[in-house]
This record gives sequence, structure tokens and C-alpha cells, in this order.
Amino acid sequence: MDNRVTTQNSLVSVRNLSFSRGTTKIFDNISLDFERGKITAIMGPSGTGKTTLLKLIGGQLFPDQGTITVDGKNVHQLKRAELYDLRKRLGMLFQSGALLTDMNVYDNVAFPLREHTHLPESMIRSLVLMKLQAVGLRGARNLMPNELSGGMARRIALARAIALDPMMILYDEPFTGQDPISMGVLVHLIKSLNTTLGLTSIIVSHDVHDTSAIADYIYVLSGGKIVGQGTPKEIQQSESEWVQQFMTGAADGPVHFHYPAKDYIDDLLSSGKRY
Amino acid sequence: MQHTSTQDTLVGLFVASGILGLFFLAMQVSNLSSFVNEDSYTITARFENSGGLKVKSPVSAAGVKIGRVTAISFDPKTYESVVKMSINSKYNTIPDDTTASIFTAGLLGEQYVNLDAGGSDTPLKNNGKIEITQSAIILEKALGQFLFKSAAEEKK
Amino acid sequence: MTSFLEYLGQSTRISFTKLGRASYFLVQILAGLLSLITRPRLLLKQLYSVGVLSFLIITISGLFVGMVLSLQGYYTLSDFGAEETLGVMVAASLVRELGPVVSGLLFAGRAGSALTAEIGLMKATEQLSGMEMMAVDPIRRIITPRFLAGLISMPLLAALFSAVGIIGGQMVGCGLLGVDEGAFWSQMQAGIDFRDDIINGVIKSLVFGFVSSWIALFEGYDAIPTSEGVSRATTRTVVNSAFSILGLDFILTALMFGEH
Repeated sequence: MDNRVTTQNSLVSVRNLSFSRGTTKIFDNISLDFERGKITAIMGPSGTGKTTLLKLIGGQLFPDQGTITVDGKNVHQLKRAELYDLRKRLGMLFQSGALLTDMNVYDNVAFPLREHTHLPESMIRSLVLMKLQAVGLRGARNLMPNELSGGMARRIALARAIALDPMMILYDEPFTGQDPISMGVLVHLIKSLNTTLGLTSIIVSHDVHDTSAIADYIYVLSGGKIVGQGTPKEIQQSESEWVQQFMTGAADGPVHFHYPAKDYIDDLLSSGKRY
Repeated sequence: MQHTSTQDTLVGLFVASGILGLFFLAMQVSNLSSFVNEDSYTITARFENSGGLKVKSPVSAAGVKIGRVTAISFDPKTYESVVKMSINSKYNTIPDDTTASIFTAGLLGEQYVNLDAGGSDTPLKNNGKIEITQSAIILEKALGQFLFKSAAEEKK
Repeated sequence: MTSFLEYLGQSTRISFTKLGRASYFLVQILAGLLSLITRPRLLLKQLYSVGVLSFLIITISGLFVGMVLSLQGYYTLSDFGAEETLGVMVAASLVRELGPVVSGLLFAGRAGSALTAEIGLMKATEQLSGMEMMAVDPIRRIITPRFLAGLISMPLLAALFSAVGIIGGQMVGCGLLGVDEGAFWSQMQAGIDFRDDIINGVIKSLVFGFVSSWIALFEGYDAIPTSEGVSRATTRTVVNSAFSILGLDFILTALMFGEH
């Protein structure tokens, strides 16, 4: 808990963020930092609002309280045009890939280039082929999105996300529902993109094993609060029973996921007194 | 997007056929064709009773349509109906002693203004007036007169 | 009683907030219209899927409606010995009412439902959200071209419907039933006014195109992003478009043809 990264080094910093949907509090006054050039993972069980956090960072949702600063700019005070300029420098990989279904792979990767640049078609072609080569799918350029497997769709989406050479990529559950081979491919891709392009990566995931293999820093969220943070090693050695159970996937432990372990034990003890 | 050019052609065909449809409606179905390049002049006639005559009712001479009614108003001084008609400039030799009558096309058809040419040598000009008019035959009136007459004859 | 009032109040509030969202959505669409000039290809593609793909259903329906009108009209008119006015009757009913209304309803069923389903699915599969994150405004990129395509296609489709219908009516009336062809056309031309009938019909179809495209796109954009949500939105598009078209038709008819 004490080796928190300093603000100067961080590309994204979240301060005192609160967000609720209806009556459910999704985030309750949390602060996080994402260091430049590093892979930071946000982990936690399903339904803890990890995707919501990415949408907050991308400026698609507005927080109830607190600020989110990306590259020195407060995302939610930007004007529309400024926000769009910022988004051009962010890549986001959606869980489903979010490829445009009415265009083939080539046009999908070319889409951000055609929308935001006035490059000649020959240069767009070279760029698209380079990005497709990076994800190993240059041969699939004429396929339509519905002809792709889930893992391929995600790799194409990744090629599209890096088309404009962003400074940061947000990955939403990149490993969910993948077979071991495409999982391995994705893990390798994320790691190599991060080092070769000098990207900052934020991975939202509940996949413990593969995420901790590539992440430099991990935040564990639950019930709208940070229940653990640190390097993968520190997290694995965490004393928190809750974090332990999550990391090892043990069936036995503080099953009551929505509260930190300590409260739960207190609760058990106090109920013991009553009866 | 390999089918782009066929798509373009089909869109072009679609737009062209839609415009063709509109053109067909305008020229073949509606009366627009009879308005095209039409110079006209206006004449006025006063009727004791203009009956069921309406704006846009046809004006014809010898059974040929030569214009239409543009306005019908009531003159509160003379208690007459003032009918303005626009006549195609092609027909600029209508004598100024022409008779205007309101006839009905068929028993139940629409009413129209019929012009019976007179013998004068001076033609009607723009804003000219037709002096001799014959009012619309009001069916109820005519029937009433007929019945009254036959009743009177029977009494004799 | 209280629960009924509560229900009434609640549904009023919900419809008003929805109307508000729909109006804001429309403003955004219209704001994007200008930037569309620089990208005619987007519009062209949508004219294909909205207009060209509706062509067949519109022309075939128009043909049959015109033929039936002619047949029915003939039986009624021949009782009064007024078969020659068949042309006016067919043309007036098509140009004034059936052309805009029936093609509007068909348009809502054919193109409107497809638009809602497409936009709804794009939302459900995060394509719209993905576009936003790529700094591309989905309203300008996706919605506005579709809206304009609907607005352009509708009057063309309605004109086609009427034109094909009149030709169908002529075929049945003159070919099958023996109405004199000259009388058919001349009575029609005498009876149909360009400004009062044709132009008003075009205005009607423009209004219907505007409303049904707006409804279809909004329902898709506002759909709950699940399969059930999209299917419900598609149904709502067809139902709401039909109601709006028929209601507006009454209002427009009263305004346009009420004066004489």
C-alpha cells in the first residue's frame, strides 16, 4: 500500500472518484494512478464496474464526484472537440471487439485513418498492412467480421486500436472467453506492443493468471473500493484474505464478495455473540 | 466494398425513376401541362346568379376550353356576382358583344362559363367586360316554375 | 385510484423525457447535415439500402393498389353512368392519400424496421460506443446519412407508388373494363391540380419520410442493448410510425384540402 506511484509519472490519475448507477454505488471515493509506459491491471469480480471505469476515463460517462486526469487534462472539463482530440490518442479494445459489421477487416482497420487523416489511399494501405502484420492477421484482410473467430476479432480490433499510434490502450476484458492458444497470443501481443511502441496500457480483467503475468502493477477492486494494490508479487503475497481468495480462485474463503474480509469476520464474530 | 459501382448505378436508377414518376404525375396526370408558357388576359362578367360556379371552373367557347374562372365575388351595390376569368392569349379575337352564360355539363355535371361570340369587330381586351350575360339555371327554380306552370294549365 | 393516477403520472413523465431525448437527438442529426456534404459516399450507400431496396415492394404494391382502385371504382361509378371519371377517381385517391400514406406505411415496415434493428444491434455490439472512443461521432457518421437518405427516398417512393398505381388503374380500367382511354386521361388532367394535389402529396410524403426516419433511428439509438430490447424497439418503430403517419395525414389533409 505504501509504494504508490507518484503523480508526475502517471499518465492517468483518478482522484476521489465516486460513481453510482441508480442506487448502487459502483465506485466509492477511489483514487488510482496509471504510470506511463507500464501495464496496469484492474482486477476484481464481475460486476464491480471495471468497464465503467474505462468509460469514465474515455469520457463517455461522467463521475458523480472526483476527477480523472489524462495526460494532464481533466477529462470531464474538456470541450467536445478537445475530448475528441484526446480520444484520438487513446485506443480502446472492447470486450466484443466492436468491429463495424458492414465492412471487411481491411476497412475496419483503415476506418480511424480515413476518418481522422487525409492520407492518400496508398499510404493508408501500407499502414493498415503494417498494423495487421503486427497482430499476425495480414492474410485475413478480406474477411468480414462475422467470419472471424472471437480471438481473431479481438486481434483485428487491437490492430484498429493502434492504427493512429495512440499513447495509451484500454483493454476491456481481453482474455475472456478465449481458448488457451488465442489467450497466449493476446498476452504476448499486449506485452510486445507495450514494449515496442512504448504504450501505456490499462487492462481490466478478472483473469488472474495471465494478467499477473504481464502487468506491472495491479489494483484489486471490490464493492466500489480498492481492496488491494501492488506489483503482481506483492498482490500474491497479500495478507488480505479476500485478495488471496481472488488470486488463487479458492472456493473456501471470504465468499461474501461485496465486503472486505475484515468486516466479514467482524460480522461473523458479532453474530456469534448474539446467538 | 467491392460492389460499389453497381450500387452507385442502382442508386442512380432509383433516383432517376423517382424523378420520372414525379414528372409523370406533373405532366400526364395533373393539369400542369396546360399551364406551361400560358399567357393570358383577364375579362370580367356580371351575373345575376352564378349558381354553382367555382374558382377554376372552365371557360369554353363552342365547346372548347379557352380559360378558367379565377375569382368570384359579390358586388354589394348591384347585388350581382362578379366573375373574373382568365383567357388564353391565343384567343384574342373574342368580340366585345359576346354573351357569357353559365351552363351545366350534363344533368349533374360541373358548371362552366360558355362564351357565345357576337358580331362586333372590336375584340375584348385585358380587363374587358362582357355586358350580356345569362345566369345559371337553378334546377330547383326551373323545376318549381315548371310544376307551377303545369298546375296552372291543369286548372284551366 | 391513487395507483392509477400514479401510473398515469409516471407514464406521462416517461413519455415526456423520451420526447425530450428524441428532440435532442433530432437536433444533433440536423446539426450533422452540413458536414455530410463533404462525404456524399456515405449518403449514397444509405440511399441504396433505404431507397433501392424498398423500390420493389413499393412499385408492386402501387401497381396492385391502382388496379384494385380501378376495379372497385368502376363498379361504383358505372351505377351512375360516370365511368369516364374513373381516371380522376384513381389519380386523386392515389396522389392525395394512398400514395403518400401507403408508401409511408410500407417504408416504415421495410426500411424503418431495418434501420432500427441495424442501429440497435450496432449499439448492442458496442459499435457505436467503439466509434465514440475512436473520436468519431456516431450520430454524424451513422445516423445523419440514414436520416437524409430516408428524407430523400420517401417522396421518390411515394411518387413511384402513385405513378405505377395510375398506370395499373389505366390498364385495368381501359384494357379490361373498356373505359375510353381518352376520357380516362383527359378527365384526370381536368380534375387533378398540380399545386393542390401533386405538390401537397409530395409535401405529405416528405413529412412522412421525416417522421418515420426520425422514429426509426431514434428507437434504434435509444434501444436497450439486448436482443429483446432491439426486437421491442423494432416493433415500436413500426407501430409508432404507423400512428404518426396516419395522425399526421389527417392533420395535413385538413390543412391542405380543407379550404375549398
